[in-house]
This record gives sequence, structure tokens and C-alpha cells, in this order.
Amino acid sequence: MGQITLQDVQKSFGPVHIIKGADLEIADGSFVVFVGPSGCGKTTLLRLIAGLEDVSGGKILIDGKNVVDTPPAKRGLSMVFQSYALYPHMSVRGNIGFGLKMAGLAKDEINRKVEAAAATLNLTPYLDRKPRELSGGQRQRVAIGRAIVREPKAFLFDEPLSNLDAALRVQMRIEVTRLQKQLGTTAIYVTHDQVEAMTMADKIVVLNGGKIEQYGSPLDLYEKPANLFVAGFIGSPKMNFVTGEHALQKGAATIGVRPEHLKIERDGAGGWQGTIAVAEHLGSDTFLYVDAGQLGMLTARYIGELSLHAGDHVSLVPEPARIHRFDASGNAIRS
Amino acid sequence: MARMATRQRVVVSTIGAWFFGFLIFFPILWMVLASFKTELEAFAIPPSFLFFHWTTENYATVQERSDYLLHAMNSIIIAGGSTLIALLIAIPAAWSMAFSPTKRTKDILLWMLSTKMMPPVGVLVPIYLIYKSFGLLDSRIGLVFILCLGNLPIVIWMLFTYFKEIPRDILEAARMDGATIGRELIYVLTPMAIPGLASTMLLNLILAWNEAFWTLNLSTSNAAPLTTFIASYSSPEGLFWAKLSAASTLAIAPILVLGWFSQKQLVRGLTFGAVK
Repeated sequence: MGQITLQDVQKSFGPVHIIKGADLEIADGSFVVFVGPSGCGKTTLLRLIAGLEDVSGGKILIDGKNVVDTPPAKRGLSMVFQSYALYPHMSVRGNIGFGLKMAGLAKDEINRKVEAAAATLNLTPYLDRKPRELSGGQRQRVAIGRAIVREPKAFLFDEPLSNLDAALRVQMRIEVTRLQKQLGTTAIYVTHDQVEAMTMADKIVVLNGGKIEQYGSPLDLYEKPANLFVAGFIGSPKMNFVTGEHALQKGAATIGVRPEHLKIERDGAGGWQGTIAVAEHLGSDTFLYVDAGQLGMLTARYIGELSLHAGDHVSLVPEPARIHRFDASGNAIRS
Repeated sequence: MARMATRQRVVVSTIGAWFFGFLIFFPILWMVLASFKTELEAFAIPPSFLFFHWTTENYATVQERSDYLLHAMNSIIIAGGSTLIALLIAIPAAWSMAFSPTKRTKDILLWMLSTKMMPPVGVLVPIYLIYKSFGLLDSRIGLVFILCLGNLPIVIWMLFTYFKEIPRDILEAARMDGATIGRELIYVLTPMAIPGLASTMLLNLILAWNEAFWTLNLSTSNAAPLTTFIASYSSPEGLFWAKLSAASTLAIAPILVLGWFSQKQLVRGLTFGAVK
């Protein structure tokens, strides 16, 4: 079991309020991603759950039990660090088995479990090597092995893939997701990469300035962002925001349209008129950055190749059903 | 291609290294040779390098005139004791500064180092008087105490830089792995800190062993370590080169042996953090 509940969790470092009251319900077995810009408090929130930082207020419940006064060693969670944090003086076997040794398991049982974990992660040939003799990806695997071998209530991942190169990151992303599904263990994963968040999560927590902006499934966040921040943060390229007359016509202070929901017309008279400033041709997609005069810069995405170039005149027509409306304080207007 | 180690270059630098190594080692070699000469030959000009009448009579005289073993024992107690006490104080101090620094930590470190910038002779009189009134003159405990205090700033600095190199994440990982503070210390911290502790200890031992200012000024006979023992051979009765050399050879022998066997640790200690 690994159900984690946060009730009005607060954290301050001196006068600085880092976490301003977080409420969250994480179901057993789910994969939850904390995402947000740097400094939003996502790592702090994870460390509070881990017990590596003390809360300044509120409760953290693991399976219904308040653990704010429980040391990290006793919370039954395991963590994968951004820096891997392997024990440099121990072999891979020692690293993976350390938690079991601390739990007081018998030697042959430790060996059996370590070898099983190593087999899952393709680490068997490296069991007797030291961390410095491994590549980045292998070290990452050892760190994950150390986390899974203890069969914890939940895994905590602190930006574990950010030190890997792009190709390896995609591969590890898939491996971590598959492993989590296979084990069925609750996972909390911190990242600043919204692609990682969208692809890995069952549910995403978007954090900004120490507050939870929205908590929902990836597609929920994409389709129904609660406010301007979430709308702008989730989705790549960013959502276009238009204020003024066009927004007022729709009964909103701001309207937002995602680049993929703008229809591009070469000579149309309707929609938003503009001149292409930059055109990016990726083959699979075409991104147009359009200077739309008073509306500012707008981004439009076309699936496939579209032979338009800088300087060409276009008109962009938003899909009516895909227009997001926000009030003056930035909250979404639902109708 | 810029840094190709050609054979010629290797030969030249090897010869150079040996030459400078020998140059630095020469005074010690000369001292050892002189200790096997007679007093007359030790003064002879031109000096004879190897072809003289080898004798061990200086060693016999030295042992006869003063108790080498007593002074050696004093040196061991003073150097060892001051190092041990310094480590006991420095480990927790460096530990807390490395792992839970406050905004004053930097200032404290600098303040400690600043005490090493003052010439010891500046406080000789007050220390001497304090020692006199407390009956600490010519006592082992007094010397242990003063050498410990003298080297403490350096020991704390060295340990602080070692501990700082241990990533916090690893300690936190151990905590997440279920290790209590005690087990974290035994299984994770200590193994990672041992090289640092060892080289700090060695360096401090050597510094304390060779310390001559305080030992010469605060001890005469009972508590006198080997430094005082050597100095006693440059006496008003005249300089006895051969006997002085014999005494010096005897005094540096133990620490030389220790240094020889631990040179790897020492070099690591002195260049720690410089090369990564």
C-alpha cells in the first residue's frame, strides 16, 4: 500500500515561504508527477514527503498515518536522486543491497533480492563493479535498483533523468514508466520537463510559486487548464494568449488558443491576420511564428509539411470549440 | 598532438626530477653521513663523501649522554596525544560546519586561520607565565595541550574541506535507505572520510613531531621531546657536528619511516581538491 495524503503542508526557510499550503491526495499505485518552473517548490515538496526536510505546518499521511515526526528512515519510501547519490566505496551489489542490510535481512536473502533487481534492470554483469566504473545510464539504473529492491510504499524521483543525454532520457523514461506499472508501486516524480510530465504521469501536479495550481490527468490539464499559468505551462509550443477586443467578444479578459488549434489559411480574409516572422520545418510538423500586429506574436502548428516561409502573409483561424477563456484574475471560465 | 610525450622529453624530465629530488634530500643525506664520522672528519675540508672511517661511536655517546628512548617516548606522547585530542575536537567541529553551515561559518573558519598568522613568539611570555603558575612547565600534558591548540585550526580546516567534498545527497540516500545516524556514520560517512582523516592525522603528527618553538621553550628535561634533545647538542661547550648529526638522525628516523610508508596518503592530503 502506498497512499499519500498532504493536508495544508507548509514550509518556510526563515522568512521565505516556499510551500504555501499544499493539499493533495495520491492514490495507491498511481504515478504522480510534480512539474513546474525552477524555484516553484516541487523538489522541496518531495523532500518534505521523504522526510529530508521538516514541515513548518500541516500533515503528511502515508496510508492514513501522520508521518511528519517520523524520520526518513522509517517512512518506508525510497528515493532516486538527481545526482544518483550512489555509495562510491561500495560495489553495485553493495549499493543495491544497502537498504536490505539496514533492514537486517539475512545475507542470502539480500543476495537473492539484489540479483533479482539487477536482472530486471540489466545490471547483472556489473554487480561487482564500483559506481565510478559505470556509465551515466548504468549508474541511474543502480540508483533505481536501490529504490525498487526494498519494495517501498512509494518511489520518490527527484529529476532523475536530467543528467542523461536526450536519447537515453527518452529510453529511461519508458523504462521507468514500464517498471512502475509492472511493480504497481506508488511513484512521485519531480521534473521541470513538461514532456516527461505528460508522458509518464497518471496525474500531474502543476506547481507555481509554492502553490498547487492544478492537479489532474495529463489530458485534463491539456484540455481544461484551470488558469493562465497551467494553460501556458502545459503544451509545447506554448498556448497563444490574446487580450483586448477579441477576448471581450468571447466574454473573457484573455482567450487562449493552442498552436495546433489554429487553422492556417494562405489568403483568408477572416481570422487573425499576420506576417510570418520565422517558419520552422521539421518534416513531421511545421511551426510558424506569426507577427499579428496588435495581437502580438502568435505561434501556429501544422501537422506535416506546409510550404510557407518568412514574410508570407497568412490568416490564423482559431477552432471555436478549442478556445480557452480566462477571467481578469487568470482563472478559467467554464461554460 | 600538443602534449606528445616524446622519449627525449621523458628522459630529460626524469633526470631533472631526480636532480632536484637529490638536491632537496642532500642535507639529510649529509647529516646521516656526518653522524657516522668522527668529530674531526665531520669538520674536515675538503669533506670526504663516502671514504672516511665509518664509526658508530657518536650514537653510543649520544645514548650515553642523554636518554634517547625517554625523549622519543615524549615525542610520541606529545605528537600522538596532541593529534588525537585535536582530531577529537576537530571532527565534530568540521562536521557541523560542513554539513549544517550557518551564515557565520565562513567567518569562524577565517578567524581560526587568522590565529595561525600571529607569530607564536608574540604570546610566549604570557603563555610561559600561565604555564609557570599552573605548574605545566616541562610537563607532557602542557606540551600536548599547546601543540594541540596550535594545530587545531589547520586540522579543522583540512577536515572541513574533506567533509565538504562528501555530497549531501549520499548521506540523504543512506537515510532514505533506512540507516540510522549511527549506521550512516559507520557504513557511509566513515569509509568515505577515511582518506581525509588519515592524511590529516599524518600531517598533524609530522607537524607536532617537528614543532620546535614551544617544545624548546616550555620543556627542559623530563618532558623534553626529540627537538629539545637535538638542541641540547648545540650547547655552550661547543658544536659537536657528528654527535648533533647522530642525534638529529635518531630524532627524524621514526617520522621519516612513517612518512615513507604513508607518502601516498600524504600527497593525496596535500593536493586534495586540487585535482578532481
